[in-house]
Amino acid sequence: MKGMSTIVKTIANISFPLITIYGLYIIAHGHLTPGGGFQGGAIVATGLALLIVSRGSDWVESKIKEHDLSVLESLGALGFIGLALLGIVMGGVFFSNFLVDTSMLFGNIPVNGAADINTGGTLPLMNFAVGLKVIAGLFGIVLVMALAITKKEDEL
Amino acid sequence: MMNRRDMLAAAFLTIVAVFLVFSMLFMHPFGSPTRSAMDQYIIDNTVEETGGNNGVTSVVFDYRGFDTLGEATVLFTAVASVVMLFRRLKK
Repeated sequence: MKGMSTIVKTIANISFPLITIYGLYIIAHGHLTPGGGFQGGAIVATGLALLIVSRGSDWVESKIKEHDLSVLESLGALGFIGLALLGIVMGGVFFSNFLVDTSMLFGNIPVNGAADINTGGTLPLMNFAVGLKVIAGLFGIVLVMALAITKKEDEL
Repeated sequence: MMNRRDMLAAAFLTIVAVFLVFSMLFMHPFGSPTRSAMDQYIIDNTVEETGGNNGVTSVVFDYRGFDTLGEATVLFTAVASVVMLFRRLKK
């Protein structure tokens, strides 16, 4: 896919950081506000797809290889399953929330039902893992399709 | 004049439509599930047990995490198959 005009590039440059920050906020606050890893990851991947459309897929491929995205996606999936398996070791049950009510990271118990960013046990960690997986997975799909279209355009 | 294939399709669609209308007539009224003990337990205990204010995330990643594992596997399979299909075209 070829890049587009300067107007499109400028608008994409302005809106890309905002979309990314919003998506990361949705991921990080998954245990507090509506949304979570899947939804926030889809938002960030949308911003990256905007980058592919405006800048062209070759420019994006020169910044990050599609192969690295596959590695990142597998890392997210492994982190998710690893956290679930850690539940067996620490809490006795698959997907046990072993971090709640400890003094460790994310271990606080909400006072009077009002949770803050440091509560939730394994929920935020799983949100991060799933978010990484969804970002890398959807971005990889769009990028590899755009690269295939570029190849076809060159042949015709 | 309809040929045999069109008549078959029309008959099939009629059967499906009758099925759907009947199941719609016997649906539960909106907002009143038959059993709500599980829902009430989650509503009452999710903040103390998981420490998250968002009950949906608590259910998705804690109470029914195994379901989410299947969901993640579906996404992983989809990404792997798309990359496998298109990587050959890329080169």
